[in-house]
Formats: sequence, C-alpha cells, structure tokens
Amino acid sequence: MREALAQGKPLPVHPLPRPGLSKLLRTRRVPVPTPRPEFLAHPRLRRTSPISHYATSAALEALGNEVMAVKNGSIRLGIILCVMAGCVSYSRRFYDEASRAPAAASPLLFSETVFNAPASHLASLLGSTAIAYTLVGDPGMFLIGLALGAQWLREDKIDGCVVVGAEELDWLIADAARRFQRNSIVSEGAGAIYLKSTSDSRLGIELQSITDAHNYVHGRSRESCLAQMRGQLPADDKRVLLCDSQQGILRADAVEAKTWANWPGVRLSPKVILGDGLASSSAWQCVAATDYLMQSELSGAVISVVGCNQQTIGAYIARSGLPCD
Amino acid sequence: MITGAGLITPLGMDWSTNAWGFRRGHSAFRNVRGFNVTGRRVQTAAEVDIPNQMPRTRLTRRHLDRMDRAAKMLLLSAHQAWIQSGWLPGGQVPIVLGTTSGGMMLGQSYFAQGTGEPTNHRQQAARIVHYQAQRQGLDLADAFGIAGPITIVANACASGGNAIGHAWELIRYGLAERVISGGYEALSELVFAGFDSLQALSSTQCRPFDTERDGLALGEGAAVFALETLELAQRRRANVLAEIVGYGASTDIHHLTQPEPGGAAAFEAMTLACQSARLHPSQIQYVNAHGTGTVMNDGAETAALNRWAGNTASQLRVSSTKSSVGHLLGAAGAVEIAVCVMALQGQWIPPTCTLRQPEHTAQFQLVKSPADAFLEYVLSNSFGFGGANASLIIRRLT
Repeated sequence: MREALAQGKPLPVHPLPRPGLSKLLRTRRVPVPTPRPEFLAHPRLRRTSPISHYATSAALEALGNEVMAVKNGSIRLGIILCVMAGCVSYSRRFYDEASRAPAAASPLLFSETVFNAPASHLASLLGSTAIAYTLVGDPGMFLIGLALGAQWLREDKIDGCVVVGAEELDWLIADAARRFQRNSIVSEGAGAIYLKSTSDSRLGIELQSITDAHNYVHGRSRESCLAQMRGQLPADDKRVLLCDSQQGILRADAVEAKTWANWPGVRLSPKVILGDGLASSSAWQCVAATDYLMQSELSGAVISVVGCNQQTIGAYIARSGLPCD
Repeated sequence: MITGAGLITPLGMDWSTNAWGFRRGHSAFRNVRGFNVTGRRVQTAAEVDIPNQMPRTRLTRRHLDRMDRAAKMLLLSAHQAWIQSGWLPGGQVPIVLGTTSGGMMLGQSYFAQGTGEPTNHRQQAARIVHYQAQRQGLDLADAFGIAGPITIVANACASGGNAIGHAWELIRYGLAERVISGGYEALSELVFAGFDSLQALSSTQCRPFDTERDGLALGEGAAVFALETLELAQRRRANVLAEIVGYGASTDIHHLTQPEPGGAAAFEAMTLACQSARLHPSQIQYVNAHGTGTVMNDGAETAALNRWAGNTASQLRVSSTKSSVGHLLGAAGAVEIAVCVMALQGQWIPPTCTLRQPEHTAQFQLVKSPADAFLEYVLSNSFGFGGANASLIIRRLT
C-alpha cells in the first residue's frame, strides 16, 4: 500500500461480471498472495471466506512481534472488527442455495455468514479469550472502534487492542454501490491498528483524539457535519498531514474537497488509489496516515472520514516525543 | 439506572402482557407465516404480529413505509422505553444496539429481485439503505430528535447483551449521561434456513436443560432500555425500574458454532460480571440462562454455572425463557434482561415452561413452574456464535 500511495496512480480496475446483465462492474481485488500465508493452514481458517483472510492478515501485520505475547497469554488482547457489508460472499451463496434447494444448503457456509465470524477466527488463531466486538456501520465506524479500543485500555479491561476494518468483494456489493455512485470502484481488503497504553514514547504514534460522530440525522447536511468535525480537530498546521476520504469522483468528493480546500499541509487520499473499500477504507486511511508519519518529519495527521450513510467523524494522531524507530 | 423499558415479543406487544406471559410460562410457537418453510426440517417459530399502526414520532409516513419488520419492532419497543423514561428530545444520547442481521428481509428482497429481474430497479436503492443496521439506529435518532454516536454490536446471539453492557459502561465511566440501548431481530428466511441446515432446530419442542432436549427454536422481537446516571435520574425524579451493576464479556475460541464443553468462557464472563459488580456468585438469586435447548449449549452452560456458583449452587435458581419465545438471536440478550427486570419488580421467576426431566448434571435448581421468589440480584447470560459471551447483573431498587 505504501508503494501504491507513493506512486499516486490508481490501482488497476478488475471487471466483475454481474449475473443477469452484460455490463461488468468495476472493482479492485486483493491480489492472491504468493506464497500462501501460513496462517491459512490454521484449522479455523481453512474454509473461511476472504474477509476472514484479510482481517487476519491485517491484524497479524499490525500486531507484529506482539503475536507471541498474545499467544502465550502475557497480553490480554481486545479485538474490534468493523464492517459495513461484512461476510456478504458466503451470505449470498448460502441464501442462493437455501432458496433453490433447502435440503442442499450448506451449514458450513451459514456459519461463516455471521458478522463476527472473522473476529472469532482471529481470536482463535491468537488464542485470545478477552473481549471482542464486531461493529457494523458505515466507514466512520472504524474511528468509533478506535475510540472503543482506547476506552477499554483506559478501563484496564485489556492490555492491547487490535482494531480491524475489513470487507470482501461480491457482485452484490458492487451492484449496490453503483446505484448510489455510478462511477464508484468498490474494493476489498482490510486495515488494522494496534493500540496499546504505554509510557514508552519511542513506540512512535499516539492516538490523540477522535471527534464526535456527526450523524446524518434530522436532515443535517454533510457540509454541516464536516464543518463541525473540522472544528473539533486541531487548528490547521502545515506540519500536519491531512488524510481524507476522497475517492477521486468529483460529485462524491465535492463536500469534503470544499471543506478542506484551504488545508495548508500535505494531503493523502488513499481511496483514490485503492477504491472504496467501505469499512476497510477508513482503516486504510488510519494505517496510511500512521505509516506516513513514521516515514516523515511531520508532527501529526488529521484523518477525515465522510461516511456514506451514517456519519462524519475525524481523528488526530501525532508523533510521540522521541524519534520513531 | 434503567428508567425506561420497551419490549416486543411473540408473547405480546407491551410490558404487562409480556410480564403476564413470562411469569406463567406461556408459549408462543406456531407454524411460520412470514416466509415459505416448505422443505425445511422444522416449520415452527415464535413470530410477532406487528400492528399496522406505528407510534407517533418524528418519522414521516413515507419513512415508516420503508421500514422492515426488524426496524418496526425496534421502533415500537424504543418508543415504549422513551415514553416511560420521560426523556425530552434534544441533546447527545448515544444509541447502542445489538442485532445479528439488521433488515435482512430487505436484503433478501434485494437479492431476489436483483437475480430474478435484473433490469427492474424499483425500490432497490431503498432496500439497500434500510437493510443496513446503522439505518435502524439513525431511525431512532430521527424519531426521538436526539444526536450522539450510534454503535451497532453484531456479536451474534450475544449482541443484545454486549450492546447493553457497552451502554452501561459508557455511563459507568462518565462517557455519557443517558444512553438508549437494546437488541432487535426479525425472523428471516436466510437465518431460519441456516439454523435448519445446521440441524440446530428442535424437531419436537424447545426444552432447555431437559435431558431429552434436541435443539433450539427461533423467535423474533426487540427490547430497548433508557439508561441514565443515578444523578440524572434523581434530579429528574424519574422512576427507576432497576439498576445494571455488572457486566462481563469473554470469547470462547473452541469452535465457531460450538461452545467449549467445560464452559470456560461462559464461566469467565459470569466471573467478570461479578467482579465488576463486586459481588460473589452466592449473592445472585436467579440466573436467566442462555439456555438454547441444544445439547451442547446447555451442557456447557450447566458446567459453567456449576463451577461459577460453587458450593452455593444448590441455592441458585435458573431458567431459560427461550422455552416461551424461542431464541431471539441479536435481541435475545436484551429481551432476557427485560425479563430479569420484570422478575425483580414482581419478585417472581419465569419458568422453563417446557422442562420435564431436568439435566441431571445441574447442581442448581432448574425452575420449571411459575414461582415467587425474593430477588435482589439476577444475572442474564447471552452466548453466541463465534464464541461471543456476555453476562449482565441487574439489581432491584428498593
């Protein structure tokens, strides 16, 4: 992802057939990894759908060397999975089977349709029995998930928390998305952030604040939600990165582009490169902003998430006092 | 503090009808009418007959017409809670809800039309919008004129319990003064077919903790609570129904759909709930068990309860109200907490109305007939697919 964002060139589009129509849907798929990741040999992950693979892969990458500490029980790990469409691929397949021939519907597929299946597999792989939530909502939910993880840490419920945003592609999702935004390119994948309470500032990046969730209720416009969200973030600073949720579609981006038009610093728009990954998009934004801070001399990053149908919400992360590793 | 509660179940559309039914151990199962069950192993469930008339809120008629059964049950129960609480519109009120499938019936309709008539786009966009669980949360905010974060917990059958536990923690840790929280679930063909394919549904009668138990029965419904701080409730002179005093959550990593036979994670959730309430298990008089009626769940929960209650297990009374209304999945935890509140208020224990031969390994008392009781603290268990476990402790306010 770092390389793709640095190149600034949108990733190739993958045409996806839509049953019953000749027109192909525009999507971006996760490339098949080679070699096959070792974790897929775990008994719980053998028959799972792609969303579980993506969520696990992202979580393991975020946890890094902490995986062993979780596995041996020296870290109580909270897991928060954020999804919007969730396990749609197996849900569609199961319902299709169950509608055609009730007796032939596969129970193996059904058990993978529940929203929290990916979080359950991840917990099993890590041997983590601590609290785990799966949250459903629009892309802004990932920042709600980060706030929840921070809350659990403050309450000393856990020692660390991995927050994952994940989605998988299916024609059903791409078909649904194009009804609201004809030019949208739906993508899939996952992103994860590992939160930990520590006084060791060498660890690098600190989650400083999450704004209120400004919901699209009572006829409130996105413009007003964005203005309120921006007002809750630190003042403009050219040493701060803006990582926004624009996707390179003029109409869809108009409000966010206008709100941040006078931003004085560097900008990053991961969705322009990666596509609209629903709940994983906001996770990518957070990962991209964190990575950018680690690689640069900037002091902080503002993350702006304009959700598609629930909320606008923002976050501010900053470099800790000492230089990053 | 719980200052408002609303409840919709197959037993009834309001608090008093449900209290009457749960106290006496009424049963609400019938042949499924909501969708075609031809070819399924099992053809019964506990359904809600939703009234045509929806309560008057700020939602427009057009909006109400687009809502599916799940959203309507949620709104109906939330309206009861809202009215009872005496809250006024305005201000920041977080909404925390649990569900497993949101507006799944709309998703099914979208799929059916999308594959059967791919060029017919009529109503498809509205189905996408109203299928999503966050829309149902936004509906409540719109209906009652409130703002605040909306959190949808989808932890399978523990969703309702986890949602209310999370809401309680928002208040406990000073992150909110008021919260609307609960769980809701509508029966859908996909979910019914899923449990049928797993052969988890009872082909006879759902009999939790019975030696002859052979599976669960599905139901639908919703329960919503108005939660607030003691200070606010006192300032408003609100009528406090009960107090949530403890919450524990854990993850069972044994299997995606089967609990670890020793009930270790269930034990952990109950233990954490007691720790947060600063109570010993011996101080809990009644447990509303998860008690689905499957061999594996009830076996694991029995082992967990035996271990958790320890040498005072013989004093503990346990029942499963799923014998009356079935397994309400994402709504189960919320509805069962509502039953606990009823029990605390009325000082009675709802029976496991279908229980005949109690599980012989149970060291606790399985309540199979309506019973009066002295109740001060009760515990509600919710365990779900994926190993999501939640336990809450509720206290009677004298």
